Amino acid sequence: MRKILILLLVLMITATFSFAAGQKEADQDSPLKIVLLVKSLGNGFFEAVADGGKEAAAELGNVESIYMGPSASTAEGQIEIIETLIAQQVDGIAISANDRDALIPVTRKAMKAGIKVISFDSGINVGGRIVDLVPSVEELIGRQQVQLIAELTDYKGQIGIVSSTSQATNQNAWIKWMYEEIKDPKYKDMELVEVAYGDDASDKSYREAVGLMQKYPGLAGIISPTTIGILASAKAIEDEGMEGKVQLTGLGLPSEMQHYIENGTSGQMALWNPIDLGYTSTFILEALITGKVAGNEGDKIDAGRMGTIEIGKDGKAVMGTPFVFNKDNIAKFAVMF
Amino acid sequence: MREFFKKRETTLLILIAVMLLLIVSQAPSFVSPENILRIINDTSILIMVSIGQFMVILTGGIDLSVASIIGFSGMAASMMNQYFPEMPIVFILFAGVGIGTVLGLFNGILIAYGKVPPIITTLGTMSIFRGFTFVLSKGQWVTAHEMTESYMHIPHGTFLGVSSLIWVGVVVSLVMYYFMKYVKTGREIYAIGGNKVAALFVGVKENKINIIVYSLVGMLSGLAGVMWTARYAAAVNETAIGFELFTVAACVLGGVNIAGGSGGVAGVILGALFLGILTNALPVVHLSPFYQLGLQGVVILGAMIVNSVSEKRNEKKLLNRRLQ
Repeated sequence: MRKILILLLVLMITATFSFAAGQKEADQDSPLKIVLLVKSLGNGFFEAVADGGKEAAAELGNVESIYMGPSASTAEGQIEIIETLIAQQVDGIAISANDRDALIPVTRKAMKAGIKVISFDSGINVGGRIVDLVPSVEELIGRQQVQLIAELTDYKGQIGIVSSTSQATNQNAWIKWMYEEIKDPKYKDMELVEVAYGDDASDKSYREAVGLMQKYPGLAGIISPTTIGILASAKAIEDEGMEGKVQLTGLGLPSEMQHYIENGTSGQMALWNPIDLGYTSTFILEALITGKVAGNEGDKIDAGRMGTIEIGKDGKAVMGTPFVFNKDNIAKFAVMF
Repeated sequence: MREFFKKRETTLLILIAVMLLLIVSQAPSFVSPENILRIINDTSILIMVSIGQFMVILTGGIDLSVASIIGFSGMAASMMNQYFPEMPIVFILFAGVGIGTVLGLFNGILIAYGKVPPIITTLGTMSIFRGFTFVLSKGQWVTAHEMTESYMHIPHGTFLGVSSLIWVGVVVSLVMYYFMKYVKTGREIYAIGGNKVAALFVGVKENKINIIVYSLVGMLSGLAGVMWTARYAAAVNETAIGFELFTVAACVLGGVNIAGGSGGVAGVILGALFLGILTNALPVVHLSPFYQLGLQGVVILGAMIVNSVSEKRNEKKLLNRRLQ
């Protein structure tokens, strides 16, 4: 893998030299070179990011999507690659950074050389990129959880939540938005009865899930917005023989939840999807390179099937609602992450 | 009969009964036979490891690494099952137990020959073994679809209507009860903790006892690791974090002297059951989770105070009788 990469790099460098830098301006037809620079190679999550980049490139038509990353996840490795990318005069780089700050000097150098730089997944601090693409925001995540469980329970019944610890910032913010969402009249037959805390421990989460089912014999569903919680809740529902009676959704990794999604214990769950990250990053870079937008606050970018992405304060852009995994697509994603 | 009521185990039994009555007033279905079985099933792992912890505490030591041993051996066993699905389950079970024993032996050697105090040794190995778990798994979990059905079935199989996890707990309890009461080595463990100097004079080998005790607790933790990961159908890197404190609490509740020398397997089992009932009841009782946490501490402390006060009174009575 590494050898092939080095070979590729050498080829690319020679290619750049032989075609001379001056030609670039004149050659309008050559596709835009957009690089997806990830934390490290050989990680299923980032391979999926690369797939998203290729998908976007195919849709856009004028883009060549290049996937790169150091062999170990270090900031130094990424800096080296960015230096060579500056020399090659690529058009744009989207980075999932190994360090929020360490990359800033080299990405500034790249931007001075006319390369558009954005970050995604793991952001670079303000000043080191034009846009930082975040997968989702608290409000969208929280609201979606209620929508997902409502679809599973036919908009009826008591719903319990198995969270992580009681002071977990993420989970608490999401749960707050769940309580907001359920106020909508379409959920009038549904009720969030309790938040139980499984402390991200498999035994405690399991016990809390069993406790919810005992305490509320008519319980219709459980939302568990945490990976250990959803796994333990699924096992508890299965052991209690409540599959089909108690529905389950939450935030979980496809590779970990494949078994329970496929056997129906959890009808659907959500998480941000690396394919969408690569896809959206490529669209944003294309818009920046072609000058459709400058990357200022309030700019709107058309991102194909992901809809319109708006750039907010400090260049933060939100991709959207997390991706929904179900029986039909879980196997495909389980091999990725 | 009088003897019976003086025993610490009896006080604990009464406390458990009182607690059950209080819970039933809140949630009547809690004492249904199937729920009682569920609680015993849930507590079996705690019982096994607590008995191991009990032996260590008897010698005046403590083992803080039990939870990490559970985590490591559970992860190792799960990964064996993942990568070699055709490997017989019995072999994986023995491998898990063996790995636990080796880790325990490592503790024992450090304590016996390195002369490092047990609390320091096991505090160190607690992090080392947990670190190994991350290294071994590269941070990845082993979950249900990567495990074979037969692996996940280990704790769930039933015999005479009772789960195999409970049977394992019962067998471990009986064997260890016999071992501590009637086997010479078991008595030597008591001797070392009760009066070390006297024990050494009658020829008890302290190093040998330490190595045996820490290997045994490692072995039981290894067994618990396989059971744990199979039961929850998930081997995560954080498996059982914080569990060591529950094993110590079960021992102390069960009347084991934290300074060593006294206590019994029966008491430890009751202590573990007390904690098991409490942790299973809390999610069912209508009470905010924040009060639950506080309540858990209050109940454990309260039980300990009642327990030790009643013991003191008995000792005083005995003393008075002797003086008369």
